[in-house]
Amino acid sequence: MKVAPGIAALHNPPMRIAIIDESAGRAAVIHEGLAALDDCEIFVITERRGLVARIGEIAPDIVLMDLGNPSRDMLEEYFAVSRAVSRPIAMFVDESDDDAIAASIDAGVSSYVVDGLASHRIRPILDLAVRRFNAFARLESDLAEAKGKLAERVTLDRAKRILMDSRGLTEPQAYAALRKAAMNQGRRIADIAEAVVTAHQLIGGR
Amino acid sequence: MALDFTIGFLPLVDACLPILAREHGFAEAEGVALRLVRDMSWATVLDRLLYGHSDAAHMVAPLAIATTLGRGRPPVPLAVPFVLGLNGNAITLRTDLADRVCPAGGLGNPKAVGAALRVVAAERLAAGQPLRFGVVHRYSSHNYMLRYWLAACGIRPDIDVSITTVAPPFCADALEAGEVDGICVGEPWNSVAVEHGAGRIVLATAQIWRRGVEKVLALREPVLNERRDQVEALLRALVAAARHFVDPANAETNAVILARPEYLDGSAALIQRAITDRLLLVRGGQPVHFPDFMFQYREAANFPWVSQAEWLYTQMARWEGTPFSSEEAAKAARVFRPDVYRSALMGGAEPLPGASSKVEGSLAGITAVGTPQGRMMLESNRFFDGVEFDPNDLEGYLARLP
Repeated sequence: MKVAPGIAALHNPPMRIAIIDESAGRAAVIHEGLAALDDCEIFVITERRGLVARIGEIAPDIVLMDLGNPSRDMLEEYFAVSRAVSRPIAMFVDESDDDAIAASIDAGVSSYVVDGLASHRIRPILDLAVRRFNAFARLESDLAEAKGKLAERVTLDRAKRILMDSRGLTEPQAYAALRKAAMNQGRRIADIAEAVVTAHQLIGGR
Repeated sequence: MALDFTIGFLPLVDACLPILAREHGFAEAEGVALRLVRDMSWATVLDRLLYGHSDAAHMVAPLAIATTLGRGRPPVPLAVPFVLGLNGNAITLRTDLADRVCPAGGLGNPKAVGAALRVVAAERLAAGQPLRFGVVHRYSSHNYMLRYWLAACGIRPDIDVSITTVAPPFCADALEAGEVDGICVGEPWNSVAVEHGAGRIVLATAQIWRRGVEKVLALREPVLNERRDQVEALLRALVAAARHFVDPANAETNAVILARPEYLDGSAALIQRAITDRLLLVRGGQPVHFPDFMFQYREAANFPWVSQAEWLYTQMARWEGTPFSSEEAAKAARVFRPDVYRSALMGGAEPLPGASSKVEGSLAGITAVGTPQGRMMLESNRFFDGVEFDPNDLEGYLARLP
C-alpha cells in the first residue's frame, strides 16, 4: 500500500535530534533554527565528558556535530561498534547526495543519521543545519570585521593626532595628508595610518 | 593555481614533514606551493580529502586502507605514495597500574610488562571492571600495535580488556579522570599526560614492532593520477624535509616551528624531546634516550612497502571479525604505491629498494641490501614476539596468530 508522505509523517514518532557542539553559542543558533520544525525533539550537548553515554541515553535519530570537534572519531567508533543502541547509526552517506555532503563540509557540520530513515524527513533538517552553520559563521565574520573596523578607526585617529602635533596641521589637513599618501602609494588609508603610528612608536613617540 | 597543494593534518609531531617542507622552502624549491589545513579529528581530515578541500592528507595508515575497502562509508580508492614516518607512539598507563606492571627507572620489557598486566587484567575482569585502554582511532596503527602486544601476551582484546577511541588532546584528561587505565598515542600527548602526573610511559610502540608503519601521505587515487608530476615533486620535497628533520643540529629550530599556534600549538620543549628520541617517562624524572623512537628517514623509511599495507590488512581482518578475503587483501596492497615513490626519486641520491615487498620482522641484526644507489644497511625490524610476517602467506600468518 502506498501512503502519502504527509500522512506517514503524522504517524511517525517525533525525530530525536542531538546537536553536539562545544561552542554553546553556535549550538544555540542551530537549536533555534531547528526548533521551527514540527515533530522534532532537540537535545544539545556541549560537554565532552560522558558524551557517548549521553548519546546512548538520547538514542537520537540524527546527530549534528561540528567538524572541528575532536570527539568525532570517538563518536564514529561508537556508532560502528555500539551494541548499546539498538539501531545502527550510519553517517549520512546516500551516494546520490554528494552535493549535500559537500555543502555540509563547507559549512563545517557533520551529520550521522539512523540507517533507513526516510530521506524526505532527513533532508530538510540537514539543509536547515547547514544554513544555520553558515549563518553563524557569517555572524562571526561580521563581528570580526566590525572589530577590525573599530580598530582601524582608532589607529586612524591616532595617526591624525600624531600629524597634527608634529606638523601643526588641522584635523582635515592631517586626514588629507594621509589620504594623499594612500593614493600615491596605492594602499589603503588604514595601512598608511598604521605605518605612521608604528613609525612614531619606533622613533620614540608614544 | 595548478601547483598549489593543500595537505590536511592533525596537530601531531609526525605531521612534521609536510610542515617543514613548507617552512624550509623545500616544497617551493620543487615548484610546489604548499598549504596546510589543520583539523582536530581524523574523520574531518578524511572528509576534507574525500570532498576536495584538501589534495592530500597526513593520515593514520590503516585508515587509508579502510577507506579504500569501504569500511563504515562507501569505498573511495586512496593511494599512498609516501610513508611519513614509522612508530613514534607510546603506551602510557595510570601511575598505580604502571607501578604494578613495570619497574620504575626505564621503559619496560614488553614481554614482562605484558605478563604482569595479564594478571591485573584477569583480576579486574573477575571484579567486573575490566581494564580499559584508549587508542586514537579505530583504524590506527596504535590500535593494531596495542592489540598485537596484548594478544601476544595472552590478554584478549575486547574480551579481557576493552579498547575504545579517545581523541589525542583528551588522552591525558581521560587517564586522569579514570575513564581509561592506559592510552596508546603519539607525541606530544604521552608527555602531556606525564607532565600532568596522569600516568607513566611504560613502552614505546617501537618495542612492539621495531619498524612499524605509522602515518602516511594519502591522496584520492584519481588525484594522484591527474597530478602525477606535482605529486612526485611533492615527494622529493618531503624527502628533503625528512633529511633535515633527522639532523640533530636542526632539532631545536624544527621544534620551535612545529610548536607554533598554526601547527601543533604546543610546547616546543616537549616536541623537541620527541624529535630527539628522548622521553620523560615519569613526572620529575630524567629523560630516557630511546633510539629510533620516531623514525622519519633512514633505511628508506618513507618507502611504501606493499608488505606494510598487507600487514595492516591482516590486522584489520583479525580484529574486526570480518573474514579474510584475498580480493580485499589485493585491494589493500594496491593502496601503497612504491612505483610512484621510485619514479619520483629515480636518479637521485636516495636509496631505492629494488623489491616492493619484504618479509616484515625478519631482520634480527644489521643487514645490507642492494639498491641501485649502492648498499643500504637495514637494522632490526623485529616484532617483540619474534613472529615473522611473510606477505606471500597472509592466511597462514593469520592462522598462526593467537
